[in-house]
Amino acid sequence: MARTKVVVDPITRIEGHLRIEVQAEDGRIADAWATSTQFRGIEIIMQGRDPRDAWAFTQRICGVCTVVHAVASLRAVEDALDIRIPPNANIIRNMIHGMQFVQDHVIHFYHLHALDWVDVVSALSADPAGTARIARQVSPWPNNSETYFREIQDRLKRFVSGGQLGIFTNGYWGHPAYKLPPEVNLLAVAHYLEALDWQRDVIRLHTIFGGKNPHPNFLVGGMASAINLEDTATINAERLTDIHDMIKRARRFVEQVYWPDLLAIAGFYKDWAAIGGGTGNYLAVGEFPERDVRDVDSLYFPRGIILGKNLEEVWPYDHEKVREHINHSWYEYEGGDDVGLHPWQGETKPRYTGPEPPWEFLQDHDKYTWMKAPRYEGRPMEVGPLARALVAYASGHEEVRELVGETLGRLQVGPSALFSTLGRTAARGIETVLLARRLEKWYNDFVARIRGGDVQTFTRDKWDPRTWPATSQGYGYLDAPRGALGHWVQIANGKISRYQCVVPSTWNCSPRDGEGQMGPYEASLVDNHPLVDPERPIEILRTIHSFDPCMACGVHVLDAQGNVVTKVQVQ
Amino acid sequence: MFFPSSHPWVEGETLGEHLEQRGVNRRDFLAFCAEFTAILGLSSAFTPRMAEALQQLKRPTVIWLQLQECTGCVESVLRTAEPSIGDLVLDLVSLDYQHTLMAAAGHAAERALQASMEQNAGSYLLVVTGSIPLADGGIYTTIGGRTAQTIIEEAGRGAAAVIAVGACAHFGSVQAARPNPTGAVGVDQIITDKPVVNIAGCPPIADTVTATIVHYLTFGRIPDLDHDRRPLFAYGARIHDQCPRRANFDAGQFVEEFDDEAARRGWCLYKVGCKGPATFSPCPIFQWNTRTSWPIGAGHPCIGCTERNFWDTMTPFYERMPDVAGFGIERRVDLIGAALAAGAAAGVAAHAVATGVHRVRQRRALPVLDQPPQGKEGDRG
Repeated sequence: MARTKVVVDPITRIEGHLRIEVQAEDGRIADAWATSTQFRGIEIIMQGRDPRDAWAFTQRICGVCTVVHAVASLRAVEDALDIRIPPNANIIRNMIHGMQFVQDHVIHFYHLHALDWVDVVSALSADPAGTARIARQVSPWPNNSETYFREIQDRLKRFVSGGQLGIFTNGYWGHPAYKLPPEVNLLAVAHYLEALDWQRDVIRLHTIFGGKNPHPNFLVGGMASAINLEDTATINAERLTDIHDMIKRARRFVEQVYWPDLLAIAGFYKDWAAIGGGTGNYLAVGEFPERDVRDVDSLYFPRGIILGKNLEEVWPYDHEKVREHINHSWYEYEGGDDVGLHPWQGETKPRYTGPEPPWEFLQDHDKYTWMKAPRYEGRPMEVGPLARALVAYASGHEEVRELVGETLGRLQVGPSALFSTLGRTAARGIETVLLARRLEKWYNDFVARIRGGDVQTFTRDKWDPRTWPATSQGYGYLDAPRGALGHWVQIANGKISRYQCVVPSTWNCSPRDGEGQMGPYEASLVDNHPLVDPERPIEILRTIHSFDPCMACGVHVLDAQGNVVTKVQVQ
Repeated sequence: MFFPSSHPWVEGETLGEHLEQRGVNRRDFLAFCAEFTAILGLSSAFTPRMAEALQQLKRPTVIWLQLQECTGCVESVLRTAEPSIGDLVLDLVSLDYQHTLMAAAGHAAERALQASMEQNAGSYLLVVTGSIPLADGGIYTTIGGRTAQTIIEEAGRGAAAVIAVGACAHFGSVQAARPNPTGAVGVDQIITDKPVVNIAGCPPIADTVTATIVHYLTFGRIPDLDHDRRPLFAYGARIHDQCPRRANFDAGQFVEEFDDEAARRGWCLYKVGCKGPATFSPCPIFQWNTRTSWPIGAGHPCIGCTERNFWDTMTPFYERMPDVAGFGIERRVDLIGAALAAGAAAGVAAHAVATGVHRVRQRRALPVLDQPPQGKEGDRG
């Protein structure tokens, strides 16, 4: 039977610009290509800048995961200059990053991913009393009343009858792949709206420590938010109370709304536990150092590698084994297309060789994306919540094992179900629950330190560039909500001479390499993957959204030829 | 703000009728109008006029393009902090195209865009986040196989007005920093034949965006703008002149290094690089995230993100601005104040018609960066 070429561009409900092309055959996907269609060149721009400014530039790589590039950059610069930040600053960064995870994952579930599983139109025919019954069975959340759900349904009815559907226009409503009963659809729609208010509240933790969100402020050597219980302009008891209450509200929503909803919805889609697995290799650099960042034994989520879906063995991670390839990317290397380069030697010159826009298909072209192809010892690796959960599970992380066990038991599926589209979505929920609880511990640690008299938030001894070596280089790792992230910085005479990032979506959205190995998005789309109606490609959205793509992050460039930016200075 | 609301505003219904449906009484509504009148810096006499105008409104269409960007501005708008009735009014636009939130993808999404542009030709508000890369034929950002430039040119033709949200749409932001590898430019470099408002900031405060839309809906025109097309109600004053730490500056009480005793007392951050003296922004007044705090309030110097090309003109961020020091600044501040007042007066006279926006006023008092260094920095701390 002939294959049909299918294009989905734009992939919506993600960060950035992503294009997916597939070939469909007999209701299944036979081949797939993932294309990043935006390029910004931020690493070229980094050259010649003050390394203490780097966090602000790289932070603007992404405004969704607005913390992660800033902190990875701080760690890279602090590694290069051998700066040890005070414990308070480490706890503050963990709280900021932890809340980023919790907030970001909940937004992903309700606002980016849910409409792949939840039919908004079907919720119109729900019995609100039935919704309330279901909700009360799974959660003590106070809004679980018939009255509440009826009100939501009335709002929805008026919205639909008005004819202007706004963001719901042209959704794939009524598609046979939607399996939820109307009552569960209504439950999800109600929580879609509630989550909007919730996320706006809990993220204020960033504002207290960093002045704003998105893009809170950070500082090489620590944090700028000073602690003084006896002043109005600093972290004091009023601020601490606000933070503590936010942490409690975050945990309550996660435990009583997000997690029960996730399990309830997943129960209707168990077939997706055998779809969309992909590469079977998983990489976690580990995150949340509870002592100095160099002490990887103190990471709350451990570091490691799983190969070939084998949970019996966890391999060590060494960043020196990362290589980036460009066989199918719009770049050129000095040594030709067939070499792979470590970020220390990273060179990238954009060289577009695709068709002139507007174009119809890219799959017939040898090079088809702005994304490079990172490989670990030659292998494509999936990164993100599933990789972290698997590495933690296989490493014997007690809390992860307990929650994974509970999840599999509730859904009545075996561990192999984890290697799937549904597994990715469940793993995201698992780590959200754990972090919502861990925030409480970090907060308590923070208060205990202050009570003990430690209010230091900044290390000043290496702030002055005159104290720096003539040349230095540093590596900053960070496991972001979307997966393993690395920043590599080289500093010469007080200025950045080279900067390179390998980010989660570069790993996951990577194109084929010289060996023809697909990247994780591509591999997952051809792993037992249905596509019933190419005109309404909801199945593609399910699997791609299960990765939570963040495209602006994925695309970067360093020009190894120098092109040093003219020193810019306020006159 | 742009989400399906509790009682959606349906076609043909005026806002007045609609609010009644939603159980909002006239008193609450007037209180809201009064609040927005204040945010917009208008005299309270405008409140009834705003109320009347808002009540007659029909649900307007908004098309939102996301071009070369990081999505931070969309996230910022998700955190909009109005009083709840503000949400109510503003979630009542019909948001027909918005990548981050819309259910449809691929062809279905693009069909929604085309249909909306046709049905609402000449009347929709175009909101843009992100810059437009012009280098190499525009191939550095494409959507649906078309370049960002093609897409915005097409969407611009049928727009009634354009709101460029965030530093990327304003001037290209970080990707336009030297050497600007992709040739990124802001919206007003592409759309030159109709009003463009720059909501500056990286990202801007959401309330500035929503207030601009309220202004447009209420008065049928965009608000008065400064020389860089930023609304005066938000960007009309320098951070330095509104800063709660200004008294410390005047008293010579400076943070010398982070986390020193002065930092723990909330003193002025000028010496550790604060760009507040050269930055026009609503941060100290509106504040961030339901008025929780703002950058200087959290102990970090301002990086000047509402100013054009700040990645090049305001860096290194931690280097102190050489000529904003000591008593010299006081005299300069007076000059700036006088120039601003003159500008505002001219603006009031000019704004009778929507095209008033094209009368770009020169605000002479500008980033003191343009001046050569002078004198010794006043170290009185």
